[in-house]
Amino acid sequence: MIPNLDNLPVYDTAGVNERIARFCSRSIKSNSKLEGLRLALSMVDLTTLEGKDTTGKVQQICYKAMHPHDTLKNIPTVAAVCVYPAQVANAVKALKDSGIQVASVATAFPSGQSSLEVKLLDTKFAVDQGANEIDMVISRGQFLAGNYQYVFDEIVAVKKVCGQAHLKVILETGELDTLDNVRKASELAIYAGADFIKTSTGKIQPAATMQVTYVMLDAIKDYYIKTGKMIGMKPAGGISTSKIALQYLVMLNEVLGEKWMNKNYFRFGASSLVNDILMQLVKAETGIYQSSNYFSKD
Amino acid sequence: MFKASWAYDEAPESTNHIQLKNKYDLYIDGKFTKPVKGQYFDTIDPSTNEKIASVAEATSEDIDKAVEAAKKAFVGWSKLSGKERGKYIFRIARLIQERAREFAVIESLDGGKPIRESRDLDIPLAANHFFYYAGWADKLTYAFPNRSPKPIGVVGQIIPWNFPLLMAAWKLAPALATGNTIVLKPAETTPLTALKLAEIIQESGLPKGVVNIVTGAGETGAAIVNHPNIDKIAFTGSTNVGKYIQKAIAGTHKKLTLELGGKGANIIFDDAAIDQAVEGIINAIFFNQGHVCCAGSRLFVQESVAKLVIDKLKNRMETLIVGNPLDKNTDIGAINSKKQLQTIENYIKIGLNEGGEIYQADCKLPIKGNWCAPTLFLNVSQSHRIVQEEIFGPVLAIQTFRTIDEVIEKANNTPYGLSAGVWTQNGAKIFHLTQKLKAGVVWANTFNKFDATSPFGGTKESGFGREGGLHGLKPYVKFD
Repeated sequence: MIPNLDNLPVYDTAGVNERIARFCSRSIKSNSKLEGLRLALSMVDLTTLEGKDTTGKVQQICYKAMHPHDTLKNIPTVAAVCVYPAQVANAVKALKDSGIQVASVATAFPSGQSSLEVKLLDTKFAVDQGANEIDMVISRGQFLAGNYQYVFDEIVAVKKVCGQAHLKVILETGELDTLDNVRKASELAIYAGADFIKTSTGKIQPAATMQVTYVMLDAIKDYYIKTGKMIGMKPAGGISTSKIALQYLVMLNEVLGEKWMNKNYFRFGASSLVNDILMQLVKAETGIYQSSNYFSKD
Repeated sequence: MFKASWAYDEAPESTNHIQLKNKYDLYIDGKFTKPVKGQYFDTIDPSTNEKIASVAEATSEDIDKAVEAAKKAFVGWSKLSGKERGKYIFRIARLIQERAREFAVIESLDGGKPIRESRDLDIPLAANHFFYYAGWADKLTYAFPNRSPKPIGVVGQIIPWNFPLLMAAWKLAPALATGNTIVLKPAETTPLTALKLAEIIQESGLPKGVVNIVTGAGETGAAIVNHPNIDKIAFTGSTNVGKYIQKAIAGTHKKLTLELGGKGANIIFDDAAIDQAVEGIINAIFFNQGHVCCAGSRLFVQESVAKLVIDKLKNRMETLIVGNPLDKNTDIGAINSKKQLQTIENYIKIGLNEGGEIYQADCKLPIKGNWCAPTLFLNVSQSHRIVQEEIFGPVLAIQTFRTIDEVIEKANNTPYGLSAGVWTQNGAKIFHLTQKLKAGVVWANTFNKFDATSPFGGTKESGFGREGGLHGLKPYVKFD
């Protein structure tokens, strides 16, 4: 049933910004930095979502996902590869039994401006092709028009079609305008059955920010206190450097803590982040920053 | 329930760039001068209780010399054009900025406050105060139109140990801008940044005798207060000492401003942004280990959200990092002195004996040095001593309330009146409370915010006179 949205916590932007500044001022050094970088790498959903994606391109990023940088020992693979439904079969084939998940966007991504019927078919197609994770978008138009029941029912319907596949619900916070709206949408998604809530499609600016991620983590925290159920979080878009990724991890560490500090409950939707993390890891090992030409660009 | 698992490695700010002498003399008449009686005391690092340096102890003979120098310097300094005075003050501000990193490290070493605070708050704000009042120096006739403001004369300034350099800046900058000369005494536990400031003042070429910095404890302060050739006393510190000073100068020509203790009420309504309010509570009471005269040390939470707020607060306290003040990740540093730690521990005992329910964050405290875990007291009332008296440490007394009138009455039910905080998303409620609360500063949806342009000061037993802003000039001028 749709949750009560009238009594939700509200957010003060200035206060949230201040808290974020505190996370960002943490100084992450030596071993804790390496630990953080490895963890961040293991949480990446390596993403390609372009009209021009081809079988070849998808195969290349799948190989990158399995072999981020073979000269570095003891580094994890990424968590998942994220593609459009039409590329799911390619990705499944390329990743074989590597343990890396195949995530597919669905439901008329990125705008979500289609009928429920089409969205369900879109989801079903992706699941049938072998996607283990579905990244759906909510209907922002309906949300902003106040049709919360519509948004809720849609998520419930998509969740049903997902079956065993994990459902990540994209709020597209860049279109929701206020932090209070972000909280409201998080609440709808969580109660409708989301396994993860996700900030953005990456197609709208601003994409993920620490502010909206903070509010979503707070929603996850309150839900856990109330029900004991853990929901995952995925900021996506704009997280391109190790420094930013570590700041997100500091926030995760200090807001939700140890249970969430793994790829089952936290993901980064990113692509260029991977090479930046690798560059930092190589720097830690060799003491020098290598040219970006030493890191494969797939 | 939400325990952090990723422990950050040590990230200490380096200390190899700072320059400290083993022994500091008094800064009188533009020179570092040995004390007449030749006595020195130790200043110690409160995080280890190890000695940092020896500092001269000024006696009344030294104060005579300092006041004499200031009196002589007044003749020239007060006649100098505002524009020229401003140039010196600007220069001091720039020199502080240039050496900000060194000042931040010394401030944390000598006082125990986290480097995050000294680096991001104390030192930049101190520089800002000099910049701000430098700008006023040649515009005093606009600050007081048609009243021809004149400097008062020789000013005695006595500052506390909680924000050593910042309080020196609050006092020196407006006094210099208005053309006064000064004898300033930093607190005996934290004299180093004031002495480093003396070096900067020397470097700035400020005419000799305009600023004299003398170190020592209570007796040194008393010698300043009772000196016949001092025309004004500006004091920041405890209410008890403030009362002593007021008695001591009664019947003399001396002017006085006092910025004294507080027991700030921090009020959380049920329509507040709760998560940010919790952050505000943390900032209000644990900022600078609670060594803040305007700390929000009395928390009032509306009963309908009390459980939620307290649960969240306890939860948040688990992530506070207590330890080495020089570590960039430290949230709460060392208690300023052994004596202050005893005071705080004594109050915690009193709270327990009074039947308060204590909660302390589960944090590892270092073995050496002076430390106190962040502490809450629940189930207390206005009748408890820990609610009435200023503890000046990381100890928060929490009460609940039901109605606006009730909380206003309780918030004002204290001899103090320095600060208060109101947390609600309802604008009308904010304006209603800011009018009713008897406090020099009332923050809405934030706490412990300072700015050079904003006046700061108390009502009731928290003192009188304002520092900062246009208002901060007034205590340093007289009119024909």
